[in-house]
Amino acid sequence: MITTTGLTKVYRSRGREVTALDGVDLHVREGEVYGVIGQSGAGKSSLIRCVNLLERPTAGTVTVAGQDLTALAGRGPRAGRDLRRARSRIGMVFQHFNLLSTRTVQDNVELPLEILGTSGKERSRKALELLDLVGLADKAKAYPAQLSGGQKQRVGIARALAGDPKVLLSDEATSALDPETTRSILALLRDLNRQLGLTVLLITHEMDVVKSICDSAALMEKGRIVESGTVSDLLATPGSELAAALFPVGGEASGDDRTVVDVTFHGDSATQPVISQLSRTYNIDISILGAAIDTVGGLQVGRMRIELPGRYEDNVVPVGFLREQGLQVEIVGQEAPALVKEGVK
Amino acid sequence: MTWSQMQPLLEQACAETLVMVGWSTLIAVVAGLPIGVLLVLTDKGGLLQNTVVNKVIGQVVNIGRSMPFIILMVALMSFTRWVTGTTIGSAAAIVPLAIGGIPFFARLVETAVREVDHGLVEAVQSMGGSTWTIVRKVLVPEALPSLIASTTTTIIALIGYSAMAGTVGGGGLGDLAVRYGYQRFETGLMWVTVAVLAVAISLIQFAGDYAARALHRRGGRSGPSPRLRFLKAKEPAAADISKVA
Repeated sequence: MITTTGLTKVYRSRGREVTALDGVDLHVREGEVYGVIGQSGAGKSSLIRCVNLLERPTAGTVTVAGQDLTALAGRGPRAGRDLRRARSRIGMVFQHFNLLSTRTVQDNVELPLEILGTSGKERSRKALELLDLVGLADKAKAYPAQLSGGQKQRVGIARALAGDPKVLLSDEATSALDPETTRSILALLRDLNRQLGLTVLLITHEMDVVKSICDSAALMEKGRIVESGTVSDLLATPGSELAAALFPVGGEASGDDRTVVDVTFHGDSATQPVISQLSRTYNIDISILGAAIDTVGGLQVGRMRIELPGRYEDNVVPVGFLREQGLQVEIVGQEAPALVKEGVK
Repeated sequence: MTWSQMQPLLEQACAETLVMVGWSTLIAVVAGLPIGVLLVLTDKGGLLQNTVVNKVIGQVVNIGRSMPFIILMVALMSFTRWVTGTTIGSAAAIVPLAIGGIPFFARLVETAVREVDHGLVEAVQSMGGSTWTIVRKVLVPEALPSLIASTTTTIIALIGYSAMAGTVGGGGLGDLAVRYGYQRFETGLMWVTVAVLAVAISLIQFAGDYAARALHRRGGRSGPSPRLRFLKAKEPAAADISKVA
């Protein structure tokens, strides 16, 4: 639905060049919620602004719903008619809501329809319908200043949906909200994604956002995407930074002569009593240092950090047993993945 | 000088001031608004960025602003004659007053429009709005409280300028004070004139403030105030992601 290839953005000011995006290839499939996560300055904001060409990429292409937007943009800095029409089919919500303070809630939602040239009657019908959808039907005549942050963002979402977009871009939409409001806004986005088949591309610096609503995620660092994929694939990837951050388990080894192992359960393996089997089969004592079970991207996932007595060399066989059970096993503090693989064989 | 002698003089002067300031304000606002908006749009990073146009307009505005009004009035005499057919009287004074008011108001418009949150412009761009749509539906309406305050300031400045209109026979309150108070030692009339001006300006300022505040109160601001936003920093909790790094 959204594809970028080799997307590069270089800012030039006073002879200095700053590369905000460095050849980003992003692929968002139709109907999914895709999260791009990264620290401040990683280039996420530039990326989402390049998708509807609020920022002109220095190089690379952006295709949304099969339409090459970079080709529509033309050479000048101004947006031509074609690009503006394409933008009207891409909804966008913002961190600071960006509602017009001099218009009522309903008039704010009607604004995109005014731009599209919809008739007055149709505009107000559509606006009220959307406000009903986001649960703010009773606030139609209020001004944005009279609303709470969460309500403002709901108006922002209703406004973004006014042009019947297939794609919704969310630029840190929940970053200015408290945790509870964040949850309700994310739930709303999730509902819209399911009900309307809306493809959502969101950027955020909050792991919880990715965890609660994203089907796929990408990690950005210094203008590049360093990891990406569906959330379930990422969780199954050994050594994935994103997976570890999505699902952190803590706990330090209790002594030098110990092996610490991170075990990830998903799917069927989550229901097997593997730890007690391990203990009985090899007659070893296992301590659990940390554990968590959560729903990530709609999947039940468990993660556990366990400690086995003895050094890694002593535990090759038990670790092999865990792998045989279809679990994802990572040895904490072990710098030799090759050795691990040999152990499996 | 008795009150019955002063009254007709004052009435006439008030009417002249009203005509001069009223028309010149109208012209200054109508012409100054697009110039001010254009100054913002053509500025660096603006929607219609054009350094040449920006510099040219900026310079013209600066020259207009820097010229003492009395000099401007003399300098514009042939233009005034071309427009009104005369260089004396109230009508003739309106031309330099309006020309002096345009750059004054344009600069105030520029400041007011520049303060409109860029996020709003971006939001309308993302909806597919054209530059004209942004000007009409975002920049002007959102800056309206400031624009009304700017208009108040312009009216008051033009009342000040209009005192000099006496030099071309334009009449008005300022002229009355000069002719009677200064040239004929009618101190009483001069003080009455000053009082009338003081009351008029207070009323205009009050009405302008009231209108601006009423609009502002209705609208308020969307999102936290710019100051608060600065204090809060752009991304409050980068803590989550630090686990990744």
